[in-house]
Amino acid sequence: MILPVAPLLVPLGTSLLCTLTSNSVQLQRKISLLGSLLLLGTAIVLGVQVADHQSISLASGSWPLPFGIEVVVDRLGALLVFVAALMVLICTLWQMGDVDPAHSSFFYPLLHGLVAGSCAAFIAADLFNLYVWFEVALICSLGLLAQGGTLKHLDATLKYFALNLVGTLLLLTAVALLYGATGHLNFNALAMSVQYVNPAIMQAVTGLLILAFLVKAAAFPFFAWLPASYHTLPAPSLALFSALLSKIGICALIRTLSSIFHPSPEPLLSMLGIIAVLSMIVGVLGAAYHWDLRRILAFHSISQVGYMLLAMALSTRAGDAAAIFFALHHSLVKAGLFLCAAMIFKLSGHYDLRKVGGLYAEKPGLAAIFLLLALSLVGIPPFSGFWGKYLIVRECLVQGEYLWAFLALLVGALTFYSMMKIWLEAFWKPHPSAGWQAAKIVKPIPVTTGLCLLSVIILAIGLFPEPLIGFVNDAANHLRGHAP
Amino acid sequence: MTSRAHIAEVFMRGLYPVLIIASFWMLLRGHNAPGGGFIAGLMAVAASSAYALIFNSSKASKKMPLLPARLSVSGVLVALASGLPAVFQGLPYLSHPWWTLSLGGFKLSLSTVMLFDLGVYLAVWGAIGGICLHLIETIEENL
Amino acid sequence: MIWAVLIATGTVVATGIYLALSRDLFRCLIGLALLGNGINLVLFSSGRLNTQVPPIIKQAETTLHNAANALPQALVLTAIVISFALLCFSLVLAVRIIQLSGNDDILAIRQAEPPATDSIKPALEEEP
Repeated sequence: MILPVAPLLVPLGTSLLCTLTSNSVQLQRKISLLGSLLLLGTAIVLGVQVADHQSISLASGSWPLPFGIEVVVDRLGALLVFVAALMVLICTLWQMGDVDPAHSSFFYPLLHGLVAGSCAAFIAADLFNLYVWFEVALICSLGLLAQGGTLKHLDATLKYFALNLVGTLLLLTAVALLYGATGHLNFNALAMSVQYVNPAIMQAVTGLLILAFLVKAAAFPFFAWLPASYHTLPAPSLALFSALLSKIGICALIRTLSSIFHPSPEPLLSMLGIIAVLSMIVGVLGAAYHWDLRRILAFHSISQVGYMLLAMALSTRAGDAAAIFFALHHSLVKAGLFLCAAMIFKLSGHYDLRKVGGLYAEKPGLAAIFLLLALSLVGIPPFSGFWGKYLIVRECLVQGEYLWAFLALLVGALTFYSMMKIWLEAFWKPHPSAGWQAAKIVKPIPVTTGLCLLSVIILAIGLFPEPLIGFVNDAANHLRGHAP
Repeated sequence: MTSRAHIAEVFMRGLYPVLIIASFWMLLRGHNAPGGGFIAGLMAVAASSAYALIFNSSKASKKMPLLPARLSVSGVLVALASGLPAVFQGLPYLSHPWWTLSLGGFKLSLSTVMLFDLGVYLAVWGAIGGICLHLIETIEENL
Repeated sequence: MIWAVLIATGTVVATGIYLALSRDLFRCLIGLALLGNGINLVLFSSGRLNTQVPPIIKQAETTLHNAANALPQALVLTAIVISFALLCFSLVLAVRIIQLSGNDDILAIRQAEPPATDSIKPALEEEP
């Protein structure tokens, strides 16, 4: 009777214990590692459970539904909790190495607080609860951003704060209007009662809700907070940010569109499709302009969010399944790329591509891992990105959206350009200064373990995608329930 | 600050325990009458702030059971742990089972809700008290 | 009653948006806080505004009669606490930014995203 809330309790408890031990970094590390392993174990147990019984839920405090606060772990929630657990484990491992770690006694509490907020948002089953956990994740990520302490960091924090707050307020307005219109906040109760509300009102409220989630997911006109802030973070925290923060918005959007407001109003869906395509194109073009590794990868996040939105805009079971698969693939691959960027920074002292080079001769292993991740992001078979894009493009073609399918492939080609830019500049070309020597990594074991673990999982998804595709198909079927 | 308010200091020494006991009474009263952890916590914060205004913030901080940040974190931990006994009884997390204790003539009802309220009390005292003491500290620095 | 709340909400939200669009750092943050409070009013009124009876069941009765809806009040309380925490954080942030930069004009603080100097390649950044 506690398992469904465990994804919230484990990281929250870890965060609190890390605060209590704030005067000993050694102890914090041990607690943090233990907490991450425990969360990973929880995620695996939950995964096995939901594979057997569709979903497991808990109404806290035995309050009767729909009035009690409910958490539901379904396949989508379990999958995202697994990703969060894996990423926090790798992030903690990287803190033990010496590659761009954060130096602050508040790092671990904030890190686990962020994980607690996002995991709880993945499994929340009512809108207000979702809002509260969005806020917890927001406050913790603000803390992580402001930790740097220089004007650059604080400026980034301010922009992140202001733009995310607008999204939060939109969400709160939508919650208020929805409660006023239906008298419910629980997802199941909402799904049953929205059909009795005037469709014109419902369309406005749903639009507001989608808008709020689009701000959180960093989609086309609302993405400004992401490139303004991400590049100021140390890369290991950045890996966690990119894996979790935009996914909270995506997860909420999938739930809203496919299980609550179903069928969604047609004009909203075609709008979402246009926003998706614009995010894809603007993101990839922004990345093409930049030369800072972190900025390039941050802009690619926007473009990849576009793919997930495109899959959702198709509003079919296969579309949802493709979006979930792509979200999972993107979390892992993008995190891996940020970790590679951190390695490049450690070895040559710069994130700017114009000041690095010659790493292929120095670290062929790293070059191979980077190539694997980059090609996976582009979508070259047999890597995981290929299956994600294949599912999306196939569903576009099935639905007769040929233009969208064409643009998705075109953006893939532009992604290839960016990835090859990084490859050629950082690995292939000789280093700009002649007497350059790669810096030595003193504690390579935790860092290499983390990166290799991630690459093995990505490679495994690429080579044996069927179990995962089956799992996400079941997840999408469960989300849509019995509706056609 | 060099000047000291002797009368106020003597008065405050006696008042502080009274205020803390009053806040604790408010916490227990929340059992089945208006009151509870949040209000009681705010009363304790008032006691700490008054102490800090008359003496200084570091003395007030020493008067609290733990350092403010640790106090609030322990409070949250106590509140989270108060949901666990229900789990061992097979109820959902955060359900609060009740037990009745017979003490000779009169009956005492006990529940894990008390533990939750105690957690809220400590969390509020630690968090808001910490902020208030910090503010008073900045004022002291500027004097 | 409903008209009073409507006018109040509209005024607060309009003032909030006006201030939030300002270039002055403090005005911008105060505007965002006001906007949050306006939306809290919306949330509060979503439980209907027709009665002043508190939602407490009287002794020897088992049901509520004609009482206010307690849920939106609980929601508003939560939202207020959260927005209070965010306001505190943002004010500290603003003070730090003004201390470090000596300027409260948002357009003058462009450390995280320096303006472009070249249309083809962005400027080289100094690494710490």
